[in-house]
Amino acid sequence: MMIRRQMLATLGAAVLAAAWWTPAPAADVIKVGEINSYTRLPAFTEPYKKGWELAVDEINASGGIGGKTLVVISRDDGGKPGNAVKIAEELVSKDGVALLAGTFFSNIGLAVTDFAKQNKTLFIASEPLSDALVWAKGNRYTFRLRPSTYMQASMLAAEAAKLPAKKWATIAPNYAYGKDAVAAFKKALTKLKPDVEFIEEQWPALFKIDAGATVRALEAAKPEGIYNATFGGDLAKFVREGSLRGLFDGRTVVSFLSGEPEYLDPLKAEAPKGWLVTGYPWYDIGTAAHETFVKAYQAKYGESPKTGSLVGYNTMLAVAAVLNKAGSTDTEDLVTAMEGLSFDSPSGPITFRAIDHQSTMGAWVGRTAVRDGKGVMVDWFFADGANYLPSDDEVMKMRPAN
Amino acid sequence: MGFYVAQFLTGLASAASLFLVASGLSIIFGVTRIVNFAHGSFFMLGAYLAYTIVQVLPHGILGFWGSVVAAALIVGVIGAAIEVLLLRRIYHAPELFQLVATFGVVLVIQDVTLWIWGAEDLVGPRAPGLDGAVRILGEPIPEYDLALIVIGPAVLAGIWLLFNRTRWGTLVRAATQDREMVGALGVNQSWLFTSVFFVGSALAGLGGAIQIPREAVSLLMDLNVIADAFVVTVIGGMGSVAGAFLAAVLIGELNAFGILVFPQITIVLAFLVMAVVLIVRPWGLLGRPEAPQRGAAGPLEAPLRAATGPAMAFAATVLALLAVLPWIADEFTLVLVGDILVFALFAASLHFIMGTGGMVSFGHAAYFGLGAYGAALVVKHLGAGMELGLLMAPVAAGIGALVFGWFCVRLSGVYLAMLTLAAAQIVWSIAFQWQDVTGGDDGLLGIWPAAWAGSKTVYYYLVLVLSAGGIYTLRRIVHAPFGYTLRAGRDSSLRVDAIGIDLRGHQWMAFTIAGVFAGLAGGLYVFSKGSIFPDTLAIPHSVDALIMVLLGGVQTLAGPVVGAVSFTLLEDWITRFDYWRIIFGAIILAICILAPEGIAGFALRLLPGRLTGRVEESAR
Repeated sequence: MMIRRQMLATLGAAVLAAAWWTPAPAADVIKVGEINSYTRLPAFTEPYKKGWELAVDEINASGGIGGKTLVVISRDDGGKPGNAVKIAEELVSKDGVALLAGTFFSNIGLAVTDFAKQNKTLFIASEPLSDALVWAKGNRYTFRLRPSTYMQASMLAAEAAKLPAKKWATIAPNYAYGKDAVAAFKKALTKLKPDVEFIEEQWPALFKIDAGATVRALEAAKPEGIYNATFGGDLAKFVREGSLRGLFDGRTVVSFLSGEPEYLDPLKAEAPKGWLVTGYPWYDIGTAAHETFVKAYQAKYGESPKTGSLVGYNTMLAVAAVLNKAGSTDTEDLVTAMEGLSFDSPSGPITFRAIDHQSTMGAWVGRTAVRDGKGVMVDWFFADGANYLPSDDEVMKMRPAN
Repeated sequence: MGFYVAQFLTGLASAASLFLVASGLSIIFGVTRIVNFAHGSFFMLGAYLAYTIVQVLPHGILGFWGSVVAAALIVGVIGAAIEVLLLRRIYHAPELFQLVATFGVVLVIQDVTLWIWGAEDLVGPRAPGLDGAVRILGEPIPEYDLALIVIGPAVLAGIWLLFNRTRWGTLVRAATQDREMVGALGVNQSWLFTSVFFVGSALAGLGGAIQIPREAVSLLMDLNVIADAFVVTVIGGMGSVAGAFLAAVLIGELNAFGILVFPQITIVLAFLVMAVVLIVRPWGLLGRPEAPQRGAAGPLEAPLRAATGPAMAFAATVLALLAVLPWIADEFTLVLVGDILVFALFAASLHFIMGTGGMVSFGHAAYFGLGAYGAALVVKHLGAGMELGLLMAPVAAGIGALVFGWFCVRLSGVYLAMLTLAAAQIVWSIAFQWQDVTGGDDGLLGIWPAAWAGSKTVYYYLVLVLSAGGIYTLRRIVHAPFGYTLRAGRDSSLRVDAIGIDLRGHQWMAFTIAGVFAGLAGGLYVFSKGSIFPDTLAIPHSVDALIMVLLGGVQTLAGPVVGAVSFTLLEDWITRFDYWRIIFGAIILAICILAPEGIAGFALRLLPGRLTGRVEESAR
């Protein structure tokens, strides 16, 4: 009994002590807060973390930010928006970080966006794709790095419009990302090719696709083209059932993000062939800046980079660039520096547009193929994000005045 | 015609997978009465193990099916080990406490799996010999689907033989009906429970292992399958394997044909079916009313006493500390303590129906979320201020609880709990799908406090007054005649009925009161975070509340508050580490074993009776 009581008491004391424990501040560091869904979706967020850790190492090895060491306090939000906001509060008010970065899920990105606006803190949303983040719900304090749903859908639509398919069916997970991805593609394709028809849509629950039944429903509509935005485990099931049941035979398939290694690698030799996709063919890019990044990444981790790695790396490059440019950690100075900020990255020059705070980071568009038992992208080209954004007038209409 | 036949077969194939998982859950619950949250983890482990073993065994038909069977057996052994090492120690804890332990197991298995197999999804090989499609009435049907359609009924037949043609099966059936009597007749219950856990877990492992030719093996498999498994089990009737089969076919087919008409329906279909079935048949399709358990679950609960002088002094000290907190703590501590207060109110409201009323809710997040959305919607769509929002929160949640409660109080035990879960899922799916009003998955943003409450300190005081006031009010109700009636109804519904009390009416009222206070907590939450998303209504949030109440101690009034404080602090602290889930899981398991009556119940037991007002001699 005594032992039990002591153990519980010790446990309680440890918890209390840890909750109020604060690390000692240091004068020669610049702290940056980073939040992501590390335990909810490790397949996507682990490569991302490795990417930014590599960048932080390189930045500090070459002198840090004006002589100060860049310190990233990274936290897991467990996939809960409410948690992310609580963590953001702690990072800003207790840890005194200069800015916030990160997030993967759109809803968490939006929650932190709103927090940034309310608390007047700079937030660089690295991974979420939601268009609302910079447009309908955009604000002065939020910037987004990764090419958005609208941009990637426009890249795909531009290529799909060149193909003969007129009757389209869509399949996307039933949540905001899937709905946005379908709506953006429909709008962009219809604009380029007014005679296309969308004759069927399927909305499987996220990560719970009943692939057999869904494939049958698509097949029954007899479309000429299929637009897919499922991912992760759903994509693997969809590809397997679809190829078994001949859904993809003789049809054009356009697929959102499916060329990214996160999506293609697990499928191995079963990766679909000839799909039109956006993605990241890191194995064939070959530019000097990108090769340096790949070599450093492989040397540090012994594995190949994924899209998340590149996004994570570029996120910290952006953080370093803005801190250097602003020369201070005052939020208003940082925001001013962010607007129009340009820096070089492994994927080429990137600019954060002043008008809507979206970066011009691009993506690669190509076809899927299988090479040496692995899914790869072939016949690709690099689509610069700057060319796939709406006109300034349209942006002004969508974005609320600050 | 061919198309519909093909769709029907596809539905049957999905049903077979569902059935395997659900049957194991059903068997385990039938005998041990454990609501096993870890069942989905066993399913996931089965898939991962089969993926690994199939690469070691020689390629071919034998190698493939050998790995499926081996994976199932290993998972069975893991399940049995967990029973022996963990659950066996806490069978005498208050009802449902074991689910806290299985929740801890879920967390541990998640991180162990991540550590062993890595984060990336794994795509296993197809089944040799069954890797193509055959044409039936001109429609291509995967051969493996046909195999699954055979495996499902074959396993059902196997279980039937095991249950009806072996001595072990007879004992299991007897234990399902009356486990105390089986014990009295000299059957070794420990051995029976362990073997049941082995069979049930092996079935879950089998269910996972045979998925590898169809889907990618991923870390999300456990949580994706567990809700569906519970739904199928409950529709079929807890403990009825044939019922689970029937329910799996029903869900599989409704899903296959439902998506042809209304593709979005898949997110809520199973829960809708469950709600309808439970309203029409309160014990599922083939289930039987739960036999009353005669003192099987540990010592009888002692009657609650009014707080003693020392206890009141302690509460006053805590309140005084909380009141001066803004002077001694930093801003973030205020935010954290504010969160804790909100969750304490939320947990207290759940405890009100669970501990006092004896009605377990698996869907209490619905009322927290309804409150939060109620507040957010009047702010967003009517331009109302925070004051009206905070008023609207309990009202909206109360109305929701009034409606769902009317249905729920007609049921009891786990069936009641599952109907509350169905209600919560229906509310969640509306918030998720109705994008124009609720913002769907992207939620509602910009719900911040009014200018006068904008500072962290002022909002903290607002939360403190309303949460502490809410908890105090709930406590008063428990000690009022209404509370006495509820407690009497929980302990003996027949006697309460016999002396002319409308128990159902009281329970309905209690359900609504709990909803009102959960709603108030939700309202306070939304203004502190500034945004609201459907995840507030989702199952994990309901489970969090359940864990807080059980961890704190369901048989004490301080339990939910203690549970909320420890859970929230632990989570806040531990999520700072890599692999935090295994640490969190281990701590929960340690508490389960050390303090099976919950943290508050444990503390009370250690304190002398004159401080707690508790009657010293055991009630039994």
